[in-house]
Amino acid sequence: MLKIWSMKKNEDAMAKKKPKTSAAQIRVQKDLTELDLPETMRTEFPDPNDILNFTLIITPDEGMYKSGAFQFSFNINTNYPHEPPKVKCTQKIYHPNVDLEGNVCLNILREDWKPVLNLNSVMVGLQYLFLEPNADDPLNKEAAEELKKNREQFMYNVKASMKGGNVKGVQYAKVIVQ
Amino acid sequence: MSLSAAQPNGTSPSDWQDRYWHVDQVLEKPGPRTDPSFLAGREVQEFLRDKCKILVIGAGGLGCEILANLALTGFKDIHVIDMDTIDVSNLNRQFLFRPADVGKPKAIVAAEFIMNRVPGVIVTPYYGKIQDKDHEYYMQFNLVICGLDSVEARRWINATLVSMVDSDNPESLKPLIDGGTEGFKGQARVILPTITSCYECSLDMLNKPTTFPICTIANTPRLPEHCIEWASVLEWPKVHGDQKLDTDDPEHISWLYGVAFKRAKEFNIEGVTWSLTQGVVKNVIPAIASTNAVIAAACCNEAFKIATSSAAYLNNYFMLIGTDGVYSYTFEHEKREHCPVCGGEALEISINHDWTVEQLMEMLTEKQDIQIKKPSLSTPLKPIYFQQPPQLEKNTRPNLEKKVSDLVAAGGEVTVTSTTLPFSLSLIINYT
Ligand SMILES: [Zn+2]
Repeated sequence: MLKIWSMKKNEDAMAKKKPKTSAAQIRVQKDLTELDLPETMRTEFPDPNDILNFTLIITPDEGMYKSGAFQFSFNINTNYPHEPPKVKCTQKIYHPNVDLEGNVCLNILREDWKPVLNLNSVMVGLQYLFLEPNADDPLNKEAAEELKKNREQFMYNVKASMKGGNVKGVQYAKVIVQ
Repeated sequence: MSLSAAQPNGTSPSDWQDRYWHVDQVLEKPGPRTDPSFLAGREVQEFLRDKCKILVIGAGGLGCEILANLALTGFKDIHVIDMDTIDVSNLNRQFLFRPADVGKPKAIVAAEFIMNRVPGVIVTPYYGKIQDKDHEYYMQFNLVICGLDSVEARRWINATLVSMVDSDNPESLKPLIDGGTEGFKGQARVILPTITSCYECSLDMLNKPTTFPICTIANTPRLPEHCIEWASVLEWPKVHGDQKLDTDDPEHISWLYGVAFKRAKEFNIEGVTWSLTQGVVKNVIPAIASTNAVIAAACCNEAFKIATSSAAYLNNYFMLIGTDGVYSYTFEHEKREHCPVCGGEALEISINHDWTVEQLMEMLTEKQDIQIKKPSLSTPLKPIYFQQPPQLEKNTRPNLEKKVSDLVAAGGEVTVTSTTLPFSLSLIINYT
C-alpha cells in the first residue's frame, strides 16, 4: 500500500517540476527586446534559443575604424544583472583599449558596473571605443603610445591592421568589410 | 540522568527529567508580548519536539553553530544540506569537524556529530546541491534556515520558496530565516515568502566585491592584489587558453602565485603570498568565529519563536556591525515593487485551445488591466516571440501563427516583457 502511494507522489513531483524562468533570463529578455541598435551594430545568436550567449558586431561608419567589422562575444551568467556580462573581442585587433587576447578596457564592464545598467549601455560603450580610442587607459600599450605620440602613424597602423596586416611584429585579423 | 517512561511535559521517552527546563520557562506560560494564538504548555512542546521538521542549508561556519543551537533548543527532526567536503582550514571554527574528518562531506559528519552528542535528535544529511531537490522535498519542512556564503544559492532557495506559495494551501508558505556573515559584519533576517520582502528584493544592498580597473592591473599595479588579478584575469587565459581556472585546485593557485610574485618583484610591490592569492581569486573575506556564533544564535532564536509563537519574531532584518565596537540595527526591509521574484503575482489566464500566439498578443494589448504595447513572450526554455533584436524577431516570427497550446503546456509559464512594463509579467496559461 505504502509503495503505491510513494510512486504516485513521485509522479506528481515530476509533473510539477517545471523550470521557472530565472531572474537573469527575464532581465536579459527585457534588455534584448528593448534594444534599439543603430545601423552600425547588430547581434548574432548561434543558438537562437539561448539568449544568454551571443555575438555583437560593430561596423563603425565614422572615425578611424570606419569600414571594419568588429566582433564581441557576450556571455551572461545567472547572476546578471548583479554581475556584468562577460565581453571579449573575438578577433585580434589593434586598439589601445583592447589587448591581443580580446580583453576590453571599459569601466562599466568591471569596476563601474551597476545593475541599473543594461546590455544597451554596454553596447553603446563598446561602440564609443571605436569612435574615441582612449590613450589614457591602455591595454595595448604600444598602440596607446603611438596614439599619444603620433596620431598620423597611429591611424596608418589602424588601417594596416584592419587589412590583416602586421604592425610591429604582430599579425592582426582582417576585419575590413566593403 | 534518569530515563523514565512517564514524563510530565508530554515529551518523548528519551527525554529525561528537566531536560528542557531552560526552554520550558518560555513555553509553559505566556508572556506580555506573546501572540494571542500561543497556547502555552504541552501542545507547543510536542510540536517543537515531535512534529516540527526544519531544514538547515549549509553545514559550514554558520551551519555548525545553527545545528548545535537547534538540537539544544529542542528541535528533533533536523535535515541538513551541504555540497562541500571538509577542508583543514575549516577546523578553527567549524567545531563539529575533527582533523580525521578532512575530505569527508560536511553534511554527513555534522549530522553524525550532533546525533552522537544530543540524544533523541535525528539529523538527516544530504550531501549535494540544493538544486537537486524539488518542490515536493521542500514542502515537507515547517521552516528553512540558511547559513550560506553564496549569493547564487540564496537566490535559488529564495526563488524556490516564493514560487512554492500556493494560495489554496497555507502549508505551502515556508518561513525562510537567512543568516550571513562577512568578517565582523553579519545579518539575520526573516523572510515570509510573498508576504515580506524577499532576498531578491534586497540584492542591491550587497557589498560589491572589490574589482580593479583592468587598465590599472595591466599597466600601473600598485597593490599586491593588482598583481594577483593580473595573473588570474590576463595571464591565465593567455597561457592556458580555454582551460578554466579552478580556484579550488591548489596547483592552479600555485601557478597564479608564482606569476603574481614575479610581477610584484618587477614593480617593487611587497605582500604577494600564497594565501593572499587564494583569498583574492576566491574573493574570500576572512570568516570570524564569533560573528558566526552571534548570527547563528539570532537565526535559531527566530526559528524557535516562529516554531512555537512564544514571542514576536523579527520583522524583518537584523544587522550586526562589529568592525568598530559592536553595533546592531533592526529594521523592516520593504518589498521591492517590481521584484522579479516576489513582485507581481503570476496572472492566470484561460484561453481557447486553438488560439495562436498572435491572438494571445492581441489580447494582451487590448486587455484593459494589462495594456501592453509590443509584448515579447518566452517560455522558461526559449523565446516565443521577441520584438528585438532583428535576428531573433525573424527567427521567432513563424511562431506567431502557431497555436499557443503547441508551445506551452497547460499550466505553463509565459514571461512577458514590454517597454511599457516597468519589469515583466508572468502568465500561467490554461486552455478551454
Ligand atoms: Zn522580492
